[in-house]
Amino acid sequence: MLEIRNLHVAVDGKEILKGIDLAVGRGEVHALMGPNGSGKSTLAYVLAGREGYEVTKGEVLYQGRNLLDLAPEERAREGVFLGFQYPVEIPGVAAMNFLKAAVNAVRKHRGEDELDAIDFLKLVRDKAKALKMDGELLKRPLNVGFSGGEKKRNEILQMAMIDPRLAVLDETDSGLDIDALKIVAAGVNALRGPERAILLITHYQRLLNYIVPDRVHVLVDGRIVKSGGKKLALEVDDQGYEPFTAGEKAA
Amino acid sequence: MGKDKSIAASYARQFAEVEGALPGRGLAWLDALRANAIERFAELDFPTPKLESWKFTNLRPLTREVFAPSPATRNGLGKGDVARWLADDLPCHLMVFVDGHFRADLSELGALPRGARVASLAETLAGDPARLEAHLAGNDAIEGDAPVALNTALMADGAVIALDRGVALEKPVHLLYLATAATKPVAMHLRNLVVAEPGSSATLIETYAAPRGGRYWTNAVTDIVVARDAQIRHFKLQNESVDAFHLAATRARLAKGSGYDSFYASFGARLSRNEIATRLDGEGADCRLSGVYLARGRQHVDNTTVIDHREPGSVSKEHYKGVLDGDAHGVFQGKIIVRPGAQKTDAHQLNKNLLLSKTAQADTKPELEIHADDVKCSHGAAVGELDAEALFYLRSRGLDPAHAQRMLVEAFIGEVIDGIGTPALRSHLGRLVAAWLSEAED
Repeated sequence: MLEIRNLHVAVDGKEILKGIDLAVGRGEVHALMGPNGSGKSTLAYVLAGREGYEVTKGEVLYQGRNLLDLAPEERAREGVFLGFQYPVEIPGVAAMNFLKAAVNAVRKHRGEDELDAIDFLKLVRDKAKALKMDGELLKRPLNVGFSGGEKKRNEILQMAMIDPRLAVLDETDSGLDIDALKIVAAGVNALRGPERAILLITHYQRLLNYIVPDRVHVLVDGRIVKSGGKKLALEVDDQGYEPFTAGEKAA
Repeated sequence: MGKDKSIAASYARQFAEVEGALPGRGLAWLDALRANAIERFAELDFPTPKLESWKFTNLRPLTREVFAPSPATRNGLGKGDVARWLADDLPCHLMVFVDGHFRADLSELGALPRGARVASLAETLAGDPARLEAHLAGNDAIEGDAPVALNTALMADGAVIALDRGVALEKPVHLLYLATAATKPVAMHLRNLVVAEPGSSATLIETYAAPRGGRYWTNAVTDIVVARDAQIRHFKLQNESVDAFHLAATRARLAKGSGYDSFYASFGARLSRNEIATRLDGEGADCRLSGVYLARGRQHVDNTTVIDHREPGSVSKEHYKGVLDGDAHGVFQGKIIVRPGAQKTDAHQLNKNLLLSKTAQADTKPELEIHADDVKCSHGAAVGELDAEALFYLRSRGLDPAHAQRMLVEAFIGEVIDGIGTPALRSHLGRLVAAWLSEAED
């Protein structure tokens, strides 16, 4: 599904990612863990196509195609979804209208009929209910005045509505209390399936108690220093990133 | 100056040629008023950017040639050309003007309540001129810049709306000015007068449009008298041909306890300047000015407002937003005056501009002249670009850049549009904004 090969990325001339190799297969859930400043969010943004990130070396293949050639909206329509660490507040754009435009842009690209107002509302209501989201929230301007937890739930709602093939979730757990974390995790787990791949980016192991990954990678200073099974996350939780950082320095 | 001077002289000659055919000819007060005005026009000449109040707007494109008074025409415009400019679900007293002349056949005035009169300027001058004298020939009538003076000299038609004490006009009066493509450049010197006696209220809608485009000059002056405790809501849509010139001066005087609520939307014209000058003459008067201006290509759009607080306890709120694309140039000049003794004045002004291209330009000039010490006044001005993060967020969900931009522009403008009290007008304007935005993708 996703194949990242020797990816080097610079921001303002400074190299942040220093040769990432990562393959996430169909049906798999991978966790990418790392300390602050290790390049986790940079990788997420590069995958989504944000401006200002210069790929200096390497490639990213998505379903066998060169992902980096596609504009952000093309990636989204092809099934790539980025759950933002900090969802953007957009005054004046009602969350519901935005969601409808997004869903229909993706559906249109897939050759599906656009949802009419009634079908759309029904779908939103069902999905929002599963995430224990207040429907009134969606009448408000997008993310404006949403609490941290509401913003993250809104990201997961968008993901559920858009139905992506590859979901990259950037610190979706940050700022969530335990109840919200469980709800969000259930939302992500509902999306797990043989046709989809998920890349969870997180600082802490906590989320991985609820979304159990197939593989765990540790990112330090722009490089993946260790990969392993779900137990690797416990190791990180137990020892912190220090041993991995030291290993990096020694190398 | 040589060339400009000759233009002014040309208009003076034009006046001499046409004055005999102007409406109200033979009314001594009016003949004198017109004669004074053309003299004043010749003295003033067209303003240039050397004048502080015209610093950002150069009328040179308008003054390269002489615009002849627009003749009354019987052209092929029909009800269909009219209908598209009307708001859905909003019955109105409709007055249609084609090329600056009232057209009874296209208008639908309907029944007016007792004590309300709505008629054209030309017919009022013919049948009931005494009603106009005090308002047109008052000292203020020839104040203002050269275009206003020229309007006074050459005014040919417009609307006269008079409300007796306590009369509430339920349905809005819609003045629809349609210009047809003339073979030579013509000018329409429109003069409107609204007199709202104490305790009366009405909504006035003005729409300027050109179904077939064309190069012409609309020069409109609207005087509004809002007597004690009267309320006037004024909604103006400027959708002129993109080759046209639109100069308009609206002058409103507010008595004690009265309200004037103005909304202006500018979409059209090669060059436009919409001036609104309000005088809050009475205690507790309430003045709201809001507007949106959208321009692209080589359009120049100027919004110049003056709010003059003269008595204690009056309120003004002003909010204008501009969206500028291409090589367009937007101007906002907002002057707020608080006279000595106008204590407890509450005045707030905000102007924000969104530039959609590297070559678009916005000039914003708030100007506060405060001569009283116990007042609340604030102003804010901003010029910015679309938020790149917001744009990326929308695109990352599958929206193409044009769609994402449209959504953000609508949101930006929406902040002002949402303040329109009448739902039918709000959605009418929403449609016009959406139409303007979708033109970009043609």
